[in-house]
Amino acid sequence: MAPETLQPRTDSALPEQAMAPQPWRIRSVRPDVASNEVFSWTLYPEPGVEPGPLPTPGQFNMLYLFGVGEVPISVSAITADGGIVHTTRAVGSVTRTMQDLGPGAVVGLRGPFGTAWPVEQARGRDLVLVAGGIGLAPLRPVIHAALERRADFGRVVVCYGARAPGDMIFRDELDAWAARGDFDLRVTVDRATAAWRGDVGVVTQLIDRGGFDRRNTVAMVCGPEVMMRFAAASLERRGLKPEDIYVSMERNMRCAVGFCGHCQIGSQFVCRDGPVFPYPVMEPAFRIREL
Amino acid sequence: MKELLAILEQQPFFEDFDPMHLRLLAACAAKLSYPADTRLMRDHEPTETFWLIREGQVALESPLREGCVTFQTLGPGDILGWSWLLPPYRASYDARALTELHTLRFDAGVLREHMEADPAFGYMLMKHFSALIVQRLQAARLQALDIYSHGGPGHGT
Ligand SMILES: Cc1cc2nc3c(=O)[nH]c(=O)nc-3n(C[C@H](O)[C@H](O)[C@H](O)COP(=O)(O)OP(=O)(O)OC[C@H]3O[C@@H](n4cnc5c(N)ncnc54)[C@H](O)[C@@H]3O)c2cc1C
Ligand code: FES
Repeated sequence: MAPETLQPRTDSALPEQAMAPQPWRIRSVRPDVASNEVFSWTLYPEPGVEPGPLPTPGQFNMLYLFGVGEVPISVSAITADGGIVHTTRAVGSVTRTMQDLGPGAVVGLRGPFGTAWPVEQARGRDLVLVAGGIGLAPLRPVIHAALERRADFGRVVVCYGARAPGDMIFRDELDAWAARGDFDLRVTVDRATAAWRGDVGVVTQLIDRGGFDRRNTVAMVCGPEVMMRFAAASLERRGLKPEDIYVSMERNMRCAVGFCGHCQIGSQFVCRDGPVFPYPVMEPAFRIREL
Repeated sequence: MKELLAILEQQPFFEDFDPMHLRLLAACAAKLSYPADTRLMRDHEPTETFWLIREGQVALESPLREGCVTFQTLGPGDILGWSWLLPPYRASYDARALTELHTLRFDAGVLREHMEADPAFGYMLMKHFSALIVQRLQAARLQALDIYSHGGPGHGT
């Protein structure tokens, strides 16, 4: 039942030197929220580096800060000239150090790794994307693909929930998407400010408003696990089949190529079998505490 | 009546009601519009009404000493008001139109009489409104968890 795009990678499909970080240079840094807690890097390979295959939406790279550590970060965009954009939230030792790097700095990069969002499978169907917080970043390439090939999809509904208006990322793009007539962008915040004129409440209520064909929709969900669980329940309540719902999981990673077992959830390795999984594969894990 | 019935038939909230029950609902409904800033419900005041929002946005607010805090907004397709269903039939928050509002307004007092007289109809409405109340309760819980904050619960890593 696993679609082609969701087959676990075989070792022969891994990029060469999957374990050896290659030098990539940060060409630009962009703060995505006023506090700079979330920031986007655009990276290009250093001369002599043979970049791996272009990442597909949903995949991630391992970013290595020499002497500090390595973290998995999803691809949030690919530029027309092959630059890779990573959007990171500074939460701990590695990501906080990343926050201090500016244009010109060189970091190590391995990848791309992992499974992709089933964009091809969604052709001819309605597409519902549900993002919470920084979870909008891994879904952004799907939005770009859907907008580039708008005629390939039915209705495109994006539900985005953030903590507060000041925590919303990609503000310029959100405005541009909202201005399009062929794209249904719904945004909500958990905590409103006096100036906020949009929706207030959890992101699942945006799903409950429907506006997509329940028999012919593919849904992709990315955010904190508890939010993904509630979002999947809302999508099922609206009549979507569980196998039409996809989620992206996060686990601490080491090797990122299915060797060390660090990222295991049940019988699945998030780095190799995920991070994008059909919901029925992850649903049992959502029910188990402390997994 | 025919027009109201057609509107109700298109609403996901009422989609599995049988035609007889939809007619009962339509008989208790009226199309009503409100200008922005209209207060539709006030915390603690008796309510004998609920609304189906067709167009526009409503803020649900909790009055505090320093003003009001919006904890949720409702939009097209959403149902506003469930306090009419359970004694003491008093609102538990304020509801204010943020934009011009187009609604179906239901006379819940009359509906309650129909629910008593026709338990199958009563059960259907109860079932749908219980699901709505549970949904709002879960939403409130999720909001209280502050899931997007750093170190908030539910992150896989
Ligand atoms: C496949 C995959 C894709 C990912 N994509 C992205 C992405 O696109 N952008 C991004 O910002 N992050 C992403 N992450 C998460 C990112 O890898 C972690 O935030 C990072 O590894 C944390 O490393 P650190 O050394 O900075 O923090 P650590 O020092 O390891 O952690 C410090 C503290 O932060 C907490 N913490 C760790 N991760 C998170 C988190 N995600 N949210 C909240 N608290 C956390 C830890 O529990 C700990 O208390 C992804 C993870 C995976 C597995
Ligand atoms: S990180 Fe090593 S198996 Fe996934």
